[in-house]
Amino acid sequence: MDFNDTPEQAKFRIKCREWLEGNAELKENLAGSHTEKSLEEHLKVSKEWQKKKYDAGWAMLHWPKAFGGLEASPIERIIWGQEEAKFNVPGGIFEIGLGMCGPVMMQYATEEQKNRYLSPMAEGQEIWCQLFSEPAAGSDVAGLRSKAEKDGDDWIINGQKVWTSGAHYSDFGILVVRHDPGLAKHKGLTFFFVDMKSKGITVKPIKQITGQAGSGSGFNEVYFDNVRIPDSQRLGEIGDGWKVAITTLMNERLAVGDARGSDIEEALILSKSRDFEGQALIKNDAVREKLADWFCEANGLKYTKFRTISALSKGEAPGPEASITKIVSANKLQAIGNFGIDSGEMAGMLLDENEGVTSFQGAWLGAPGLRIAGGTDEILRNVIAERVLGLPQDPRADKGIAFKDIPTKV
Amino acid sequence: MNLDFSDDQKYLQDEARKFFDKEGGLSNARHVMDNSQDADQELWNKIISLGWTAIRIPEGYNGLGLGHLELCVIAEELGRSLAPVPFSSSVYFFTEALIKYANEEIKKDFLPKLVTGEITGTYGIAESSESTLQVTVTKEKLNGCKIAVPDAGIATHMIVCARSKEGTDLMLVDLSDPSVSIHKQKNIDTSRAFFKVEFNDTPSQLIGKTNEGWNYIQHLLDQAAVLFAFEQVGGSQAALDMAKGYSLERFAFGRQIGSYQAIKHKLADMYIAVTLAKSNCYYGAWALSSESSELSLAAATARVSATKAFQLCSKENIQTHGGNGFTWEYDCHLFYKRSKVLSVLLGSEATWKEKLVKNLEKTNTLVKE
Repeated sequence: MDFNDTPEQAKFRIKCREWLEGNAELKENLAGSHTEKSLEEHLKVSKEWQKKKYDAGWAMLHWPKAFGGLEASPIERIIWGQEEAKFNVPGGIFEIGLGMCGPVMMQYATEEQKNRYLSPMAEGQEIWCQLFSEPAAGSDVAGLRSKAEKDGDDWIINGQKVWTSGAHYSDFGILVVRHDPGLAKHKGLTFFFVDMKSKGITVKPIKQITGQAGSGSGFNEVYFDNVRIPDSQRLGEIGDGWKVAITTLMNERLAVGDARGSDIEEALILSKSRDFEGQALIKNDAVREKLADWFCEANGLKYTKFRTISALSKGEAPGPEASITKIVSANKLQAIGNFGIDSGEMAGMLLDENEGVTSFQGAWLGAPGLRIAGGTDEILRNVIAERVLGLPQDPRADKGIAFKDIPTKV
Repeated sequence: MNLDFSDDQKYLQDEARKFFDKEGGLSNARHVMDNSQDADQELWNKIISLGWTAIRIPEGYNGLGLGHLELCVIAEELGRSLAPVPFSSSVYFFTEALIKYANEEIKKDFLPKLVTGEITGTYGIAESSESTLQVTVTKEKLNGCKIAVPDAGIATHMIVCARSKEGTDLMLVDLSDPSVSIHKQKNIDTSRAFFKVEFNDTPSQLIGKTNEGWNYIQHLLDQAAVLFAFEQVGGSQAALDMAKGYSLERFAFGRQIGSYQAIKHKLADMYIAVTLAKSNCYYGAWALSSESSELSLAAATARVSATKAFQLCSKENIQTHGGNGFTWEYDCHLFYKRSKVLSVLLGSEATWKEKLVKNLEKTNTLVKE
């Protein structure tokens, strides 16, 4: 039992580290010099960084060599991620493309399409997004209603998608739509990829409860008004849309991990530095109890992750333990954000630079979204109960009937 | 990164699980409970002959010379099966105290006998008074009374935490001495026996240095907390498994109760608690086996997390069973009672949370990698 790399892993880490040192700046050398970038600047530096990684072979660690990848093992991806995270490099633009869209294209696109689309995606010249969720289809995403109607060699798409990250700067997207509402819910779906510059597509940023919109939020509504997609851009058979979507969503579940933001360290630093009733806040019994609980959760998640990494490190399939990560971390984030605001008493609510805006306010405002994105707390509890513990599914009111006959209101 | 047990340790755990299943699993705890016994002597003898009491004893004293990780995997299985034996008292505490602090003469005398089972040990810390220690030691004679001493009915010897002129000392006592009187005390979990032990000019031997007793106890408690946390995780997992099994069998309103989200989400929360506790236990196991300076923090974290998990799983296991869960016949109460005894045995959740936060106050430990 130890936390060390194997000799091969240590060698790989040094390789990552050497390349990163030659091409990027360590975060610790840049303390305090962080500046907000405009979306245009962020896209520009992100694309440049992706191209640099691509040219050196670091862009798609898990992709097959045939498509320019490294065929790296999961543990090597983790090592690269740990090392890259220490450097001041842009992120957040290409994850959906490389993690979800790329693999689905490799599996279902024609050779010609793979040649056309995969390299620009990997090089960072073209950005991809994922168009699944709809206003009436969130947790029950297979209940989506956007229509695809055949017209010669094309399909005509009408409807609306929602919560599409990066739609406003994406070049292409993967899309699930309903080609036949007369079939049962999961049977009537078909999967496509679409040029986001197509005529009839309108992207509108979503204003969130944080007040952020547009480039700040990153989330969009996407409207399809008689958008024409050639049948050649269909991925999988007609009616196989759900099967293709599930493969993609599995990749998303892996990608959605910790809720980032204020954690036990920030709560500790705050508790030690702030006064309450004439002594440090940390001397208050109610606060001590909370700190102990959050430490147990944070530390438990850290070593849960270490257990998963240990299994990968030995080339074994990890257990289901990582399934707890998002539920625990998003709720902890919300509680710590709440604590941070409360500790400021009246000033805690002020978003006034002079009163010291804190990360706790952002955590508290953002946490409700994290408890929903990528699977709500409730859906994730169902996932644990059904897939990990093996409990039966709920009986379904929509089973075995045509989609158009499924009740949607009283 | 290798935060996992070795193949040999996993094999040992597997063997331990098979052993307890073969020996009757939970029925042993129930038997001790129904017959008001002090422990399952037969099960204890078999455990001794398997060599588990010898795990940590160095080979020079006829032991196996293995590490704490081997004890961790055994502890998890003891917890899963609620084994009614004095293993924790004798092995986590008494044996560890001698290995760590006793002089050579005592080690030579006692350690080989702990291997053969000729000696079984326990420990006495708690007293009725909440302030200073009332058990005193003067010229190696003990006077006073310890309460809630586990396994004093089956143990031959005991480590006693006593107040001396200089401070606190750890004293070794032969419980067969006529000056010692032992009375069983009723407790919540009668699958385990607890005793009041009175000393009346009882002869004793100092363990380690005088005035160091309090530091010794703190370290021994930290070590034991990790091992007990593994027992608690084993018990939590067993209670969760039992709840799961019942939710698949029991029908209500024409369907398995495990198909209702109210039950699913309850069981998912139990799974989350067990998983966090288990990961914190691994951290504790690492700190224990590597003699890390983080042991105190790691032990408190494992302890608090495992206490919460076992209490949650054992109470919600009863709830999942409905009325059946409240009967003597179903095993749910065995877990419920054991979880409560384990949660106070080394000090309550609040006590260990306080230890945890004291550690956080003095260190700048960062959770982030």
